[in-house]
Amino acid sequence: MKSLPFGSQASPNPMIRWVRGGGLSALILLLPLLLAFGYFGWFPIGRAVVMSFQQTNLVTDPTWVGLANFREVLGDPLFWTAVRNTGYFTLLALAFGYPVPLVLAVLMSELRRARGLFSVLAYLPVTVPPVVAVLLWRFFYDASETGVFNTILGWAGLGPYPWIQSTSWAMPSLVLQATWANAGATVIIYLAALTGVRAELYDAAEVDGAGIWRKIWHVTLPQLRHILLITLILQVIATFQVFTEPYLMTGGGPNRATTTVLLQIYEYAFRFGDFGAATALSVLLALFLALVSGVYFRLTRSWSTT
Amino acid sequence: MSAPERAVVGADRRRRRVRWPLRGAHGVALLVLLVASLGPILWLAKAAVSTTQDTLRTPLELWPSGVDWDNLATAWYQAEISRYFTNTVWVVLGSWACQLLVATTGGYVLSVLRPRYAKLVTGAVLATLFLPGVVVLVPLFLTVLDLPLFGVSLLNTYWAVWLPAGANAFNVLLVKRFMDSLPRDVFEAARVEGAGPFRLLWSVVLPMSTPILGVVSIFAVLNAWKDFLWPLIVLPDPVLQPLSVRLPVIRDTVELDVFLASLFISMLLPIAIFLVFQRLFLRNAGLSGAVKG
Repeated sequence: MKSLPFGSQASPNPMIRWVRGGGLSALILLLPLLLAFGYFGWFPIGRAVVMSFQQTNLVTDPTWVGLANFREVLGDPLFWTAVRNTGYFTLLALAFGYPVPLVLAVLMSELRRARGLFSVLAYLPVTVPPVVAVLLWRFFYDASETGVFNTILGWAGLGPYPWIQSTSWAMPSLVLQATWANAGATVIIYLAALTGVRAELYDAAEVDGAGIWRKIWHVTLPQLRHILLITLILQVIATFQVFTEPYLMTGGGPNRATTTVLLQIYEYAFRFGDFGAATALSVLLALFLALVSGVYFRLTRSWSTT
Repeated sequence: MSAPERAVVGADRRRRRVRWPLRGAHGVALLVLLVASLGPILWLAKAAVSTTQDTLRTPLELWPSGVDWDNLATAWYQAEISRYFTNTVWVVLGSWACQLLVATTGGYVLSVLRPRYAKLVTGAVLATLFLPGVVVLVPLFLTVLDLPLFGVSLLNTYWAVWLPAGANAFNVLLVKRFMDSLPRDVFEAARVEGAGPFRLLWSVVLPMSTPILGVVSIFAVLNAWKDFLWPLIVLPDPVLQPLSVRLPVIRDTVELDVFLASLFISMLLPIAIFLVFQRLFLRNAGLSGAVKG
């Protein structure tokens, strides 16, 4: 792991030796990375921590306010609404979006010739820009009898349903759209993992007289264990940061039924100019997610090692 | 990707008892997948050239009162989709260039040149990967508003979107890992021939790294096209806004048929890029799907 030396003339001056040895060139070449991450990665992270203890309003200099921002955020009656809604979204997204890609991937892995075609099909919704998908689905969710989904369900004698107009239907509707938009990426991950499952294991299970379900339970799922555990926590982290769907589909409504934590952060910062509260809530969310991931990895460490 | 000889079903396929119900369930599931993924996209294609009345009254019938091709032209010219399309292309190209520059030079230094501080920098880059993007949203906005040391505001310039796009830890680590796997004796040989660090990057390492640069490029382009929240925040000037930011506004200002035509135009290019480069996407979807936001 030693660095690649350039030039060979020895010089008594260490500075000149460093430059001739390629040290300066390396630093120059690293400059884009250092500037990009310095300005837009590392610095804002540090600043987030500082800002959560300050009052910042862009006009006067920031002042230290101790824990006032955190107290404000936690005392906001909308805080628990946002937390509850975000938790509910995550739970629904897991209950719904977690098994769907797995089932699809297992089914698709059985295909031979058409597998490529179905992979393309499964991934296609992922390539539709989220804004387009959300606005399109918002139209599909039209609550009138001639709404797209209500028309289809009407053929079966169902509905019309209120979809995003009702406080109890709004969140499941958002989750349905999000699952449609994102499941494909996970399908492809599982499909890749499934091709890694060794065929001998299935043969062995068959010799032992295992049927399809027992083979899935005892061979397929254990082989996917590692990737399943990772996609689970990544999905939780991603769904906790949901913004585009509620912002464009329901605006947080009806009656705050879809106001999420990220929507709250956006409102604090860009509607009320309360950057301190917005950052405090961001830091709380990040700490919470770090805690969840930490506990999760500790709990699952014993299962994920094969 | 070639299918393994036998998978879960294996020999069961040959057993009668299991064959038909299984095939049936399999077929139904795949049919549902077909309808679910293609349905909304094809419906939008249909609605883009339907009249507002048809779309509202009979959304699932095929052009009861004829095809309305004018929607597309109206959207392109009158709703100014042409302008926002061009804006999106600018946003995408700049973000792509920034990501590629940072990822190639950074990956090269951290993987091939390996100065003594390389481990530290790699660790610091890796650390940003584990942090949820939301934490930096507001401080990043304030940074863009008043760039430290330069004292300029990037608000309402494309730099505000391009430069932060460069700070993508995932790209850097992807390129670094790829370059780690390149044979080092080739670098040694080039060095003995008298190639300096810049020459080595340009003439040896980059040409050997085209596969990974393709992967980084394709996801950079697609993700920049998808981006919504960040451009919404840093580009308040409508003249500069990309499609993603503009579409929700257009929704309230034009007729429904023109709006749906605008949606249709907005998804054409990403879908086309995906279909052309599908192999590249599907082989690497596992890599990128993991990291977003």
